[in-house]
Amino acid sequence: MPMTRFSALAVAGATALGLVFSAAAEARDLTVVSWGGAYQDAQKKVYFQPFEKTTGIKLIEDSWNGGVGTLRAKVEGGATDWDVVQVEAEELVLGCEEGLFEPMEWEAIGGEDAFIKPAVHECGVGTIVWTTGLSYDADKLGDNPPKSWADFFDTKTWPGKRSLRKGPKYALEFALLADGVEPDKIYEVLATEEGVDRAFKKLDTIKGDMVWWEAGAQPVQLLAAGDVVMTSAYNGRVSAANVNENRNFKIVWPGSIYSVDSWVILRDSPNKEQALKFIAFTSEPEHQKDLPPLVPYGVTNKGSSELIDPTVLKDVPTAPENLEVAFELDTEFWVENIEALNTRFNAWVAQ
Amino acid sequence: MTASLASATPLPGGTVLRRQLKRAERRRKLGAAMLVAPLFLFLLVFFVLPIGSMLIKSFDNSEMRQAMPQAAQAMRDWAGEGVPPEPVVAAVAQGMRASFKDRSLASFAKRLNYEDAGWRSFIFATARKLPEKPEGSWLATLVEIDPRWEDPGTWAAIKRASAELTDYYLLTAVDLKRDAQNAIVGVQADQAIYLDILGRTFWIAGMVTLACLLLAYPLAYKLATLPPRTANLLMILVLLPFWTSLLVRTGAWVVLLQREGLLNQALQWLGLTSEPLQLVYNRFGVYVAMIHILLPFMILPLYSVMRGIPPVYMRAAALLGARPSLAFVRVYLPLTMPGVGAGCMLVFIMALGYYITPALVGGASDQMLSYFVAFFTIQTVNWGMAASLGSLLLVSTLLLYWVYARLVGIDRMRLG
Repeated sequence: MPMTRFSALAVAGATALGLVFSAAAEARDLTVVSWGGAYQDAQKKVYFQPFEKTTGIKLIEDSWNGGVGTLRAKVEGGATDWDVVQVEAEELVLGCEEGLFEPMEWEAIGGEDAFIKPAVHECGVGTIVWTTGLSYDADKLGDNPPKSWADFFDTKTWPGKRSLRKGPKYALEFALLADGVEPDKIYEVLATEEGVDRAFKKLDTIKGDMVWWEAGAQPVQLLAAGDVVMTSAYNGRVSAANVNENRNFKIVWPGSIYSVDSWVILRDSPNKEQALKFIAFTSEPEHQKDLPPLVPYGVTNKGSSELIDPTVLKDVPTAPENLEVAFELDTEFWVENIEALNTRFNAWVAQ
Repeated sequence: MTASLASATPLPGGTVLRRQLKRAERRRKLGAAMLVAPLFLFLLVFFVLPIGSMLIKSFDNSEMRQAMPQAAQAMRDWAGEGVPPEPVVAAVAQGMRASFKDRSLASFAKRLNYEDAGWRSFIFATARKLPEKPEGSWLATLVEIDPRWEDPGTWAAIKRASAELTDYYLLTAVDLKRDAQNAIVGVQADQAIYLDILGRTFWIAGMVTLACLLLAYPLAYKLATLPPRTANLLMILVLLPFWTSLLVRTGAWVVLLQREGLLNQALQWLGLTSEPLQLVYNRFGVYVAMIHILLPFMILPLYSVMRGIPPVYMRAAALLGARPSLAFVRVYLPLTMPGVGAGCMLVFIMALGYYITPALVGGASDQMLSYFVAFFTIQTVNWGMAASLGSLLLVSTLLLYWVYARLVGIDRMRLG
């Protein structure tokens, strides 16, 4: 069959290339990959540079934009020039099932009990907690601020455009919250066909007022430009806009959804031992406590929060009063349903 | 020279000479082939092979075979009526248990999850609870874990996943599926999106091409008739955006078109509108940004063709009594057609593949096919679906190109 010969050739070519690269990669330094931008700059100050200084291990930085497809190509192409990668919850679940990561050796990092529960996984160690919440400009809505997702759908009291992340993820959860579903019942309801219908019906009520954002930088720009009156946004971006651009954006913590980003070690990493040392270093409270003052993400070691200044802590997702009113994104649900619901979402927007 | 001499005057040593000539000829051809070889190899390794292997993925069905070869073989041998006999069920159950242990079950579970969301957790939950040895039959054990194992539909889906090749991805890409009887039927309305999106992709690309043509034609004409010095200066203005990153240009349009952006402020200041208009995050924004980015690709071929048209033709037409409009339609326009064809083809095909611009300035209902290719490639790692959508776009583009070549003729197209 010409097809098999064809793919055999492709495999041969890829292997040859892989050999070239892996030979070059054998004696390389520990490479840590994060999400770039202001966040990685902060990581550099708090984790990367002190780690190099303390342990004498040389560390190379890289950054990426997510997607388990990228990791699969790295690992299966035989050209793993990355060792430690910060991944989102979904990539953690998918990549772990596909065997792209080394199983985590928890004893080397201080044991599972030292961490908050959502940070513990067989393939990864949670490093930050970030939130997607309702955000608005207090300079414009300061007199009568929105307090819940129900207010987000109330176009009479707060006329104007609104914005959510493009796609079904988060949009369906927020619609159900606005429709009166209790936070702990959201995914139970979404798992049924009627629940999905109910969420889309709720979204129907503001369909004409919607702007859908794509990149994490967009929602704060939309707010700043006055394009929308309310939007869902990542808490880190909101705080950054307040600090760097002197804005007065607020986050409504009740009904916000948090998620955990984790460190993983890519399969067959030649620097596994150093990688574990690095993860252990970044998991210690005395190092974690320095991150929230620079970027307002929550940290995952149980001992970290009490070391953080209370004025900083109030803008962080893991502050007890913020955590209490929020709930965790159900990664398992989305891994299973994202394709079907994304199709449904696109059929819905095209109607 | 020598060749014509040799054939014209037969010399006594003619055959020897001919052989020498042939050898020289062969050497020249070999030399030429060697010169092309690097490019050819480059195209083969970095273009043909990756695209080919990607296209193959659109009917690849190897997930189950790789995760549990024996079970896949047993399922393939089974006729496929109702619930399979015990040996087949045993092979599947043992296969699931073994591949759960060595972490290869995910691809199998994911493959089944494409058929119906819910399969992934169903398979994993079952595999987690499977005992080493069954109590009674394997079927009874499976049914005890989850009653869905009694359903013939479950086994039919696994049977489909065990086949050598699958048409699932290609069918889904055109809003079709196989029902329980294995007949091809349309998917339900709230899942049928891809044909609409393909139509939308072609529509947007067509509108962008048309707008580019209407904008570029007079401009290229003006450029072609100006003295070269002024024309070159103006040409730099055309080329300048070319050297700017696509992301920057797209971002700039957001700034210009947003609610309190420059354009809205200007419109309100002039009193043309009382309220800010929604100019971005909708189809209008997509058109504006795409037309701006693709315009040079229309101007350049038009310009180069128009430069080559001697002005005397139009003068001759006028001398023969044609009004300017008639002279334009009968003389000038036909002469520019190669440029029009090339420009339209270039812009249309580039516009078909647009991804990042509609993603950033479009609304949720303005996304083109590439957006979904990216979604499946990067987000959900469903490369079968990504490949089949890519194939759909490739095939429909080639088809269109073929129709164009048939109607207009490829030799009538000139890039410069």
